[in-house]
Amino acid sequence: MKNAIIAAVAAAALLGSSGAEAQQRIKFEYWYGLTGQLGEILEQHCKRFNDAQQKFEAVCVGQGGYDKAEQNTIAAYRSKQHPTVVQIYDAGTVNFMLSGAIYPANQFAKDFSIDIDWSNYFPGIANYYATSKGEMWSFPYNSSTALLYWNKDAWAKIGKTKAPETIEEWFDDLRKMKAAGVECGFGFDYDTWMPLEQFSAIHNLPIATKANGYGGLDAELVFNKTKFADYMKDWKKLLDEGVARIQTAQVGKTIVQSFTDGTCASVLSSVANHGVVGSTAKPGLNWGVAMLPVYKDFKRHNSLVGGASLWVMQGKSRQEYEGAAALMKFLSTPEEALWYSTANAYIPVTKTGFDFMNKNGFYQDPKHAGRELAITSLTFTPPTENSRGIRLGNFTQIRAEIRSELEAAFTGKKDMQVALDEAAARSNQILRRFEQTFKGKTLP
Amino acid sequence: MEKRAAFSDLRLAGALIAPQLLLVFVFFYWPAAQAVYWAFTTQPPFGGSNEWVGFQNFEQIFTDRVYWNSVGVSFLFAGLSTALSVGMALLFALFVDRRLTGYRVHRFIYFWPYAVAAPAVGLAFRFIFAPEAGFVSAVNQWVPGLWNPALDGKDALALIVLANSWKMVAYNFIFFLAALQSIPRPLIEAAAMDGAGVLRRARDIQFPLLAPTFFFLLVINVTESFVDSFGIVDITTGGGPARATDLMVYKIYSDGFKGLDYSMAAAQSIVLMGVVIVLTFIQFRYVERRVHYS
Repeated sequence: MKNAIIAAVAAAALLGSSGAEAQQRIKFEYWYGLTGQLGEILEQHCKRFNDAQQKFEAVCVGQGGYDKAEQNTIAAYRSKQHPTVVQIYDAGTVNFMLSGAIYPANQFAKDFSIDIDWSNYFPGIANYYATSKGEMWSFPYNSSTALLYWNKDAWAKIGKTKAPETIEEWFDDLRKMKAAGVECGFGFDYDTWMPLEQFSAIHNLPIATKANGYGGLDAELVFNKTKFADYMKDWKKLLDEGVARIQTAQVGKTIVQSFTDGTCASVLSSVANHGVVGSTAKPGLNWGVAMLPVYKDFKRHNSLVGGASLWVMQGKSRQEYEGAAALMKFLSTPEEALWYSTANAYIPVTKTGFDFMNKNGFYQDPKHAGRELAITSLTFTPPTENSRGIRLGNFTQIRAEIRSELEAAFTGKKDMQVALDEAAARSNQILRRFEQTFKGKTLP
Repeated sequence: MEKRAAFSDLRLAGALIAPQLLLVFVFFYWPAAQAVYWAFTTQPPFGGSNEWVGFQNFEQIFTDRVYWNSVGVSFLFAGLSTALSVGMALLFALFVDRRLTGYRVHRFIYFWPYAVAAPAVGLAFRFIFAPEAGFVSAVNQWVPGLWNPALDGKDALALIVLANSWKMVAYNFIFFLAALQSIPRPLIEAAAMDGAGVLRRARDIQFPLLAPTFFFLLVINVTESFVDSFGIVDITTGGGPARATDLMVYKIYSDGFKGLDYSMAAAQSIVLMGVVIVLTFIQFRYVERRVHYS
């Protein structure tokens, strides 16, 4: 069945490229994973590039999801039908670094004379996509980080006008709100990105040994022994007290939907949803965003970047690479940073982009109120070993293991600590397996 | 005596079946052979350096509690959804065969669900059975917390069994109806004149004559629930909550395509293929003996 799919993808790619040969401009393929509104915006961005071009044309093909973009690229690479440029999400970074199938961004920029000042990227973003030696192998594109979304009216019921800064204060507020008649203080799902990854970064806690995996493929997960375990036990308590609620698509409403229709007073979500919340909030919903709360005994550190970066693939013609280089140049201009961050709620990836947006009054616009907090959060401290990023093999699968165990714990089938220990043990098996599959290779 | 037509020229016969053989080879034997090879090696996502590891992949699968959970769930799912879909289809077919009111319309629309793609079925069931926003959420108004497939594994399993059965009922119905209608009317009429009631006629005349169809559908339904339930699971439950609906075929998908561990997925598909072969063998060996054709 797998080969049938690979064949089908290859056939689709063939059809796609042969139909597009009539015109004069040099074409190259650019695959992306974003879907829905965000996918449409990317398509527009692609069109902006093509309109500004005489010589090259990017053929942008949506793959129907981040994970699909990665899977399809791998399948296409195996049958030598892969695109020149592909958008790969944060969790796929390790696979691409070890693949031998990519053209490292720093080398590519040098070979095709793209003038990029690598130190211009926000360190929190650059480090996530850089090798352990600090070389960038992909071009950061759509980037985000997590924020607390809070309903000001719900907080007003307990006489507060400010978002909570510590986790203790937040939980305290939630319990008071319950007493004041707020039906759902906090809605969460099983996504590990907010509670595990972002939480560990801002508390400067390790998720795995070897500097979260940057130091080598033999890293081991340790999240079950850190404050994260207490955090999850606290969530479970909130759930049992009826203060918090689980909101997934299967329940009927995602966390964002439960926030925009006013059901849940707070949720943790990506800044990328800032625009979505703004445009889908029920009329009169009085809301704001704040940086993720931190336990009061901890010093706040920078949060992690989420989103995706653009990878250049091996094995393409010189002309296609020139096209890709033109695309990278185009995307890195401050004007495009402004356009892209206005169209959706992703943050600018470079300091120049951020300054340019500031100068143009982007952050003064009430529609964008609070989005600057994402930059504040991301640059709060210089990245430490724990807040630099996560470089673990097969991280998608590790997320899935943790998710399953969290499901078991939150639905009361297992004790939280037992579940987390089990998740760590199973994730370690995944890492050992990954190490074996990539025997003889070392992380760059 | 049966009359057989035979090709005198074997080359012509060969040429005629060649395209079909080629298709089977390219889309079944070749990938299957490839999967066997992958199952005994470690295969990096981007291809290239396979390393021979013998039975290690299988050892890892069989010592994994989570894998056994998914085997258990798969058998439960196959048993329940086969029983439900074959049972309901038989009932519907008997009703339509008896020409109850509206049978013409029913005969026509009962088949529709089978024409709906599995992911669409999944999506519809997800919306209808969503515990907070769905149509069925009404039951939670009467008994709070009664129905919640997002939190309760049993509810989630019930949901995918319902969705899969709803789709398969349509298919089974057509076969049962065709079989019922091929039973000579005089047999039924004679029984009726002898005073046999509806149930008696069904038990003594129709059911025995339906045995071959029943057996055929049993094999098809069991096989389908093992290998073709991916779309529904992916859309409705995603294997959750806490792996309560993590069918073998879904685990292959998540390990192989999401986890990019092609070797482990290949080893699992070999096991799944083995299970289906064994089940089909058992059905032919032990169930078919009780079936009388013609």
